[in-house]
Amino acid sequence: MAVTDAPRIVTARLDHADSHTLERYLATGGYDGLRKALGMTPAAVVAEVDAASLLGRGGAGFPAGRKWSMLKKDPVTYLVVNGDESEPATFKDHLLIERDPHQILEGVIISAYALQVTQAFIYLRGEFALGLERMEEALNDAYRHGAVGEDIFGSGFSLDIVVHPGAGAYICGEETALLESLEGKRGFPRIKPPFFPAVIGLYGQPTVVNNVETMANIPWIVTNGGAAFAALGEGRSTGTRLFALAGHVRNPGPYEVEMVKTTFRDLIYAPSLGGGVREDRELKAFVPGGVSAPWFGPKQLDLPLGQDEVGAAGSMLGSGSVVVMDETTCAVRASWRITKFFFRESCGQCTPCREGSGWLERIMYRIEHGGGREEDLDLLMDVCDNISPGVNWPPQQTTICVLGPSIPPSIAAAISMFRDEFLVHIKDGGCPFD
Amino acid sequence: MSHFTTTNATRARQLIALYPEPRSALLPLCHLAQEQDGWLRPEAMAEIAELVGVTAAEVRGTATFYDMLHTEPIGRYLVSVCTNIACILDGATELLAHAEERLGVRVGATTADGLFTLEESECLADCDHPPCVQVNHRFVRTTTAQKFDELIDELKAGGRAEEIPPHGTLVRIRRNGGLRVEPQRIERERARAASSAGERAG
Repeated sequence: MAVTDAPRIVTARLDHADSHTLERYLATGGYDGLRKALGMTPAAVVAEVDAASLLGRGGAGFPAGRKWSMLKKDPVTYLVVNGDESEPATFKDHLLIERDPHQILEGVIISAYALQVTQAFIYLRGEFALGLERMEEALNDAYRHGAVGEDIFGSGFSLDIVVHPGAGAYICGEETALLESLEGKRGFPRIKPPFFPAVIGLYGQPTVVNNVETMANIPWIVTNGGAAFAALGEGRSTGTRLFALAGHVRNPGPYEVEMVKTTFRDLIYAPSLGGGVREDRELKAFVPGGVSAPWFGPKQLDLPLGQDEVGAAGSMLGSGSVVVMDETTCAVRASWRITKFFFRESCGQCTPCREGSGWLERIMYRIEHGGGREEDLDLLMDVCDNISPGVNWPPQQTTICVLGPSIPPSIAAAISMFRDEFLVHIKDGGCPFD
Repeated sequence: MSHFTTTNATRARQLIALYPEPRSALLPLCHLAQEQDGWLRPEAMAEIAELVGVTAAEVRGTATFYDMLHTEPIGRYLVSVCTNIACILDGATELLAHAEERLGVRVGATTADGLFTLEESECLADCDHPPCVQVNHRFVRTTTAQKFDELIDELKAGGRAEEIPPHGTLVRIRRNGGLRVEPQRIERERARAASSAGERAG
């Protein structure tokens, strides 16, 4: 499946239709990693994850081992797992939750043991009804199997896990908003400092928040060793990563590929992966890592899928979603829709984001729908500048969380790459693609 | 007089017992109320408030933040059509327009027979099957106007009951039992931490 012959780490089981069941999980080496971990000291488990250099798979790409080491010592600490996948065009956690819930659970249990946490929460997006059912069923089975609960596999280590349903809010994917939501409140992000979860997290206690795909990598790392994981990929981007490929490609889908050794061109064009742009059209632009990321064009196709490599080129791998837009795509319309999303999902705490997203959406709407004015491009950039001063990458922030600075990149990219298209919309009073 | 049925009142207590703080059960209890009533009735919000120890206004204030919680009645089937970036590149605008025409309502409205509420949704994370449609938060993968019509006909005739339960039902799997790790342990540990902190201060 992949371009390199790297092993599949998080999608190994998915060829089986019953990959979500305990029977299949046990038949394919399931919970062996946990047994191995329980025979090690917690510090030794942390050392393996450190050696793997596993970068968090949620979006920010912070090293998981370092995140763990920052957890403040306290008698009561929590592990919270973020399965609130809502970044537009990202659908890799959805796959892992529905198709291999035990792999996530095993990762959570091992991580809890490494951190010596006795209570973990898995926050799943409310819209994943089937995913919630599968995870609850897997959790029941794991309790019955002795992999969760009191005295796990006779080791003396005990852990409870609660699956918590969200209720529809993009912002709850932000870790401090997620904690607020888990406490039964509106998903308002907390201001950092002082509310770094590792110090003041859930119920004011030190808390580690990890993404579900991050958790799904842990059993393999413990079973095969951190060094084996670090041998894959290159530089800081080790292992494989699950990319969600969407848009105008022949074969949209989730693809697990080796980091850095694979390029955007491989992902989009390889026959075993994206299969190329649909109907052999020209590629116009692509979103390299969720809609919060600046767009790339054909010139960046040969960039490797590595965190630092993409960062140095002025964007990010973010949530691991790649959206391909072919030559028939209207750049104004695409960036307007992304802006509308942020407008709807802004939590409303900070003025630049709450007001700015709405202003931008209305200006983008009128350009796309024939009411654009000559001064609108400058106006757009001015509003963007008030949300994220300089409109640079990486973005500056005037708001509590990163939703605000996530609004300008798609607009700024669309204007800088396709300025003429905006001008035609304004001059002709409508969309030339209609 | 409980607004929750006897069974659901028991489930509510079990849900609250899963968390170190009762208020954490607020969202799960709202989902439970919607499972029972189809929407979040004022009586349910008042009872949830009492159960988790906040005011009814706090429950409403929290619930209205979340797209999935409905403080007004909605149809038996909530039809959500995604028009976000991956779907708009692949016919979502047209499919949503078709859905409005087929159901005879605009986005946000409910059909006169109370069967369908149509919603334009943000990304539902099923972007390799665009345009993405959910009914009662089940992925139905009706990507064409024809498939959409077939689904609506089927639902009208009472079909797909197993696959698509009534609105509000998120999880049909019941957790077998509460927590296994003694819940008082956390309290004990906290107390011990507080007293040792006191000793250090003294």
